[in-house]
Amino acid sequence: MSEPVAPLLAVQGLARHYVVSRGFLRGKAVVRALDGVSFTLTAGRTLAVVGESGCGKSTLARAVTMIESPTAGTLAVAGIDVARADRRARRRLRPLVQMVFQNPYASLNPRKKVGALLEEPLVIQGTHDAAARRERVHAMMARVGLRPEHHERYPHMFSGGQRQRVAIARALMSEPRLVVADEPVSALDVSIQAQVLNLLMDLRDQLGVAYLFISHNLDVVRQIADDVLVMYLGHGVEHAPRDALFARPGHPYTRALLAATPSLHGGRRRAARAVRGEPPSPLAPPGGCPFHTRCPYVVERCTVERPLLRPVGGTVVACHRAEDVLADPMPVH
Amino acid sequence: MSAAPPGPWRELWRSYAQSRGALLGLALVIALIVVAILADAIAPHPPNEQYRDFTLAPPAWSAGGSSQFLLGTDPVGRDMLSRLIHGTRLSLAIGSISVSISLALGIALGLLAGYARGLTETVIMRLMDVMLSLPSLLLAIAVVAILGPGLANAMYAIAVVLLPHYVRLTRAAVIAEAKRDYVTSSRIAGAGPLRLMVMTILPNCLAPLIVQATLGFSNAILDAAALGFLGLGAQPPTPEWGSMLASALEFIQRAPWVVTFPGLAILITVLAFNLMGDGLRDALDPKLKQ
Amino acid sequence: MALLEIRGLTVSFGTSRTPLIAVDHLDFAIDAGEIVGLVGESGSGKSVTALAVLGLVDFPGKVTCTQLTFDGRELPALSAAGRRAMLGGKLAMIFQDPLASLDPCYTVEYQLGEALRLHGGTAERRSAKARRARALELLRQVEIPDAPARLRAYPHQLSGGMAQRVMIAIALAGQPRLLIADEPTTALDVTVQAQVLDLLVRLAEERGMALVLITHDLAVVAETAHRVVVMYAGQAVESGPLPALFDAPRHPYTKALLEALPEHNRGRARLQAIPGVVPGARDRPPACLLAPRCPFARARCTVEAPPFTGAEGRRARCHFPLDASGRPGNDWATAAPLPVPAAEGVR
Repeated sequence: MSEPVAPLLAVQGLARHYVVSRGFLRGKAVVRALDGVSFTLTAGRTLAVVGESGCGKSTLARAVTMIESPTAGTLAVAGIDVARADRRARRRLRPLVQMVFQNPYASLNPRKKVGALLEEPLVIQGTHDAAARRERVHAMMARVGLRPEHHERYPHMFSGGQRQRVAIARALMSEPRLVVADEPVSALDVSIQAQVLNLLMDLRDQLGVAYLFISHNLDVVRQIADDVLVMYLGHGVEHAPRDALFARPGHPYTRALLAATPSLHGGRRRAARAVRGEPPSPLAPPGGCPFHTRCPYVVERCTVERPLLRPVGGTVVACHRAEDVLADPMPVH
Repeated sequence: MSAAPPGPWRELWRSYAQSRGALLGLALVIALIVVAILADAIAPHPPNEQYRDFTLAPPAWSAGGSSQFLLGTDPVGRDMLSRLIHGTRLSLAIGSISVSISLALGIALGLLAGYARGLTETVIMRLMDVMLSLPSLLLAIAVVAILGPGLANAMYAIAVVLLPHYVRLTRAAVIAEAKRDYVTSSRIAGAGPLRLMVMTILPNCLAPLIVQATLGFSNAILDAAALGFLGLGAQPPTPEWGSMLASALEFIQRAPWVVTFPGLAILITVLAFNLMGDGLRDALDPKLKQ
Repeated sequence: MALLEIRGLTVSFGTSRTPLIAVDHLDFAIDAGEIVGLVGESGSGKSVTALAVLGLVDFPGKVTCTQLTFDGRELPALSAAGRRAMLGGKLAMIFQDPLASLDPCYTVEYQLGEALRLHGGTAERRSAKARRARALELLRQVEIPDAPARLRAYPHQLSGGMAQRVMIAIALAGQPRLLIADEPTTALDVTVQAQVLDLLVRLAEERGMALVLITHDLAVVAETAHRVVVMYAGQAVESGPLPALFDAPRHPYTKALLEALPEHNRGRARLQAIPGVVPGARDRPPACLLAPRCPFARARCTVEAPPFTGAEGRRARCHFPLDASGRPGNDWATAAPLPVPAAEGVR
């Protein structure tokens, strides 16, 4: 689909390496938290980023929200290359990208009242006077389902779900075009999770905001995402529209994730799930394809040559044996 | 959630009031403050007035004492009670001024060190390490030796002695808080370094600082007393408790009250602030864990 | 006779004036070799139940019960020494965050050795060599690769999945007849979660060990347990065998919980969320605890506490338990409706 307008977010070969010391006299090691990720995100769409610990999704979040500069690759927000932008341009980009965090008990300043928390982004921006700010704060509170009296309360007086509403409201105060949601419902109970997900979806419909939705929970992703990017050890291994990914995943890791996700109607079946081992440490990534140590489809080539993303039958996948994987029937999930 | 839950100050008072020691400490501190404020009104005599006919008079309840000088007089005939009362003013002043200077500077340096990290942090912390490597009293003496004896200089010296503790404390708290999500959230909202340090991080680091400041009060009073004892702090005839002790040491056999009462005054004051500081720490700690 | 039998378990915190009831007259039983899931959201009391059974509820919590029998012995009647002999031995527990449950100062070998010294066989209690051999064997049973190297490791050198396996090994050291697992996989990645759950189920089946799986994840329970008990605000609201209970829940809360799951709402634009929140300490409803949020609530639900009854191994705490098609039974249609204004849908 050709887009006359630059995509909201364009990431190309994004990499972020950390240098850590391994102790006295033992030299340094490089942690490749992000090792070449590319995707674009169009305005109003939701891209879910899925992966387990060590896959780099949190690092990706920090790079996209411009808290950390990437080691390599380009990041363009609304067409502007962030690395090349000067300070003033970057300050103008700030309100466009905001974030909602995973832990509702840590993401709100405990010493500030809700009203002050919601007002802060506007105060920093300096674009509205006090009366206008207050009006926007009250409007946003109503939009996320908070009551007027909550304005004067401290975060510790709220439940997890309510705090998450405050966090979402705060992220939306500067009218961002992109919200990075880092596991926003993972810490919530099932019934509250449903409420907050509904809120996120409603806000998306009302405000036309795009989400970069990071989650390890495939069921939640299936509900909210338009497209899905699967990450493993700092690489994007599969990228597809939601329905295509869930119906016919092309990467063995995606299959393993789907098989491992417990289902209400799965019955007491277990054999289908066997993927051995654990996600390797980013300090010592295996050579060749990062997944080859655990992959049921592994062949000689996988241990030496890292596969690149390529389109195969409805999905974009980084696997040498994608055709075989796609040909295998999926256990019903 | 119907009624508004109590605010943080109410909660703090409720936790604080659970400890009887803490309440006692607070009561004593308030009493000391009242005495200091009303010193001129309460003291029966001017503190520096020498009654030549009544030198070394014993306290009222001993043989030879009179109700005119309830706690007796010192070697040059000045009323002990009045001197002690006025000394309260001095001790509280020393404590608050030294701690305030030290705290202000300590917070500023600690914030810088903890937030900026890198070379700034190294320079500041190594400087503090140098200061910590000297025994506090020797350091105070060194400062006073440079600046000259006197109460004001003693206060600066004490501020210098207390400084590294506040810097270290603040830096540690800042480093711990700076990693938290709410700080990242403010960064993403566009807050600059100054706003982050002062308005976002600092309010969440105050709890241990408040406790240390209260305990620092008693440290300051003890250090001032030591300096006064050595003749480097308050100069005669200022009724500072430490110098009162110093000038009376030779009379410990003949007229013990000249030594005992200033010592008791120091003891009670230090105890009061320590109790209050401990109470604050216990009251603030659960909040810290929250 | 059931392996573990609990009747009327009540755990309350707070003062007598403002009691905070964490567990409310819970009845629970599990037979040898059975796997039972104990599910609920936060505040349901599921974790507190486990702590109460083990006697780990400290002051100011108060635990009372009519009966608490394990393996034929009355637990409250045991002396402290008797209880210590049982805990970690025949009755073991593993917790949610393995890295917080293992002592960071000691190696895996030391911690396994500690468990073996207290609860192992006679050889293990005396000889360090026997302990080491048994420790290696335990690590192999929990499928830890390169077991000899892992023995020397400290907890912080282990990944989450490894650490949880070590915890399971420690729990197995005393040959438990009942293992209580409190959210054992919540902190783990989903592929590791699948492995650890497989391991737990297989160990239970191989050893005839009963397993109580405490979790908020209904799907996990659906795939591992024979039976499930659903808890809400300290009470058991439904119990019964799987998959029957999830296929046709009898209690409106179970039904609503299932319906709120994303898995259940595929193809729908919005999830079916339950309005309101779990009652806290201060606003506990007088009769049925779910009444303020229940779409089927009637007047009777606000005045008369429903009994926990049912037939054929299925019980539900509801005056109008749902039938197979999800409609409330027991002449619900003719029951008096809620008095106006309707119960507040508390946020």
